[in-house]
Amino acid sequence: MTELATYNFAYLDEQTKRMIRRAILKAIAIPGYQVPFASREMPMPYGWGTGGVQVTAAVIGPNDTLKVIDQGADDTTNAVSIRAFFQKVSNVRVTTKTTEATIIQTRHRIPETALQAGQTLVYQVPIPEPLRFLEPRETETRKMHALEEYGLMHVKLYEDIARHGRIATTYAYPVKVEGRYVMDPSPTPKFDNPKMHQSPALQLFGAGREKRIYAIPPYTEVVSLDFEDHPFEIQTFSEPCALCGAKGSYLDEVILDDKGGSMFVCSDTDFCEDRQAEGHRGHLSANPAEAAE
Amino acid sequence: MSDIPLLKVSALSKFYGSRIGCQNVSFELWPGEVLAVVGESGSGKTTLLDCLATRLAPSTGSVEYRMRDGQFRDLYRMSEAERRFLMRTDWGFVHQNPADGLRMTVSAGANVGERLMAVGDRHYGKIRATATDWLGRVEIAADRIDDQPRAFSGGMRQRLQIARNLVTNPRLVFMDEPTGGLDVSVQARLLDLLRGLVSDLGLAAIVVTHDLAVARLLSHRMMVMKDGHIVETGLTDRVLDDPQAAYTQLLVSSILQV
Repeated sequence: MTELATYNFAYLDEQTKRMIRRAILKAIAIPGYQVPFASREMPMPYGWGTGGVQVTAAVIGPNDTLKVIDQGADDTTNAVSIRAFFQKVSNVRVTTKTTEATIIQTRHRIPETALQAGQTLVYQVPIPEPLRFLEPRETETRKMHALEEYGLMHVKLYEDIARHGRIATTYAYPVKVEGRYVMDPSPTPKFDNPKMHQSPALQLFGAGREKRIYAIPPYTEVVSLDFEDHPFEIQTFSEPCALCGAKGSYLDEVILDDKGGSMFVCSDTDFCEDRQAEGHRGHLSANPAEAAE
Repeated sequence: MSDIPLLKVSALSKFYGSRIGCQNVSFELWPGEVLAVVGESGSGKTTLLDCLATRLAPSTGSVEYRMRDGQFRDLYRMSEAERRFLMRTDWGFVHQNPADGLRMTVSAGANVGERLMAVGDRHYGKIRATATDWLGRVEIAADRIDDQPRAFSGGMRQRLQIARNLVTNPRLVFMDEPTGGLDVSVQARLLDLLRGLVSDLGLAAIVVTHDLAVARLLSHRMMVMKDGHIVETGLTDRVLDDPQAAYTQLLVSSILQV
């Protein structure tokens, strides 16, 4: 592409991209800190990933390959429409393969396949403030971040244990980044929290409605909060994926009929398809000839 | 009691525009001493208390506090981080309305444990054990530990608020009408409890009240305020039995004798 063609590339005008890039740079410099930015109206409703789309549009270039996932899947509404949007406005290559992508925009999941150096993971964030439902005043939560007063976060975990006998928070599980800021990892399951720790990939978080950007630079310490006698644990599943037989991946329960029948399948569709292509089979695999083996 | 004061207040004034909140207040408070500030509504008691507890910046004057290392520090020259740390470790603040001092939507145990977690306690079992112990000390049954304060009576809420403040073993507690809004028998129990805790723990306290009976029961010394000024100070029994200032005489004589 000529240089002119990359001017006002990927939907946003140059001034807006500059503003967002400055916020991103600041966010990378202060891991876990929520940087305010002048979020723009995007051609989609709030809650559909306007923050993630703006971050992606600000960092994407003609040589990038984009993957968009929604709840782990490449073929759900949100993923399909955002992928189509970027194909239309930037004409970049798109893929569903985690390993081929340079930028992965995600909602609610981190891919099962380990990310590599040079890849960028862009999260769509609905509520960036981890203290939101504990302390209603935004002025106060900002002060609490500034003064590192995070006792309240543990009050929430205490309540969990007191009520349920264990830490019952399963998603948006608070983490401490580089020993300083407590951060909301967006509504990813806590299953994905360990993947953020020391990840070689750059992780960017965009909250469009709340007008905040935050980041985890590559190889950053990310620790999930817990108690000494109730350590952090991720979800485990009693059965393997029904399609690819994977154990230790994050599974979705899919209802099969109205008689209570259901199956558990990998929420990361790309991971599941890769495994099936490699010949792995679960007990509900489509191909009966191979399943019989 | 030690010879060195815990709190030194000199020439403290707070103006709301041209109106006076409190003017030219100076006093010292010693460790283990309970000081009552009495006066009618609008006399500047609460303004004074808020200025001392760093909840409201005074217009002039200084408030110095002796830190645990023995050094006096001017509260309004400290960084905000230090002030807030002081407030949740070495100090307590008991509000008149318990809803202001409690988190109404988390359990009693978490309310008591919050300060512990704020100073870095990360062991659930120990936090819970400490919370249970403190609930016992303020006469709340241990099986109410997982109930929210919303389910508590007014007196229980006030006792819970006291436990929440005392759990970090503070040296100084501010109380704003601690018995306000409670019926007489509950007040009596609360005062009894407070008196016991204050003497057991060797707490210094500043109690703002319009109720002279509360001042008589709780405090060693008292200050009488009128229109933002201190009109009389002295030992509680002396002030109440032999009031010198005209206003104090009026105040004392206005108590209903039964």
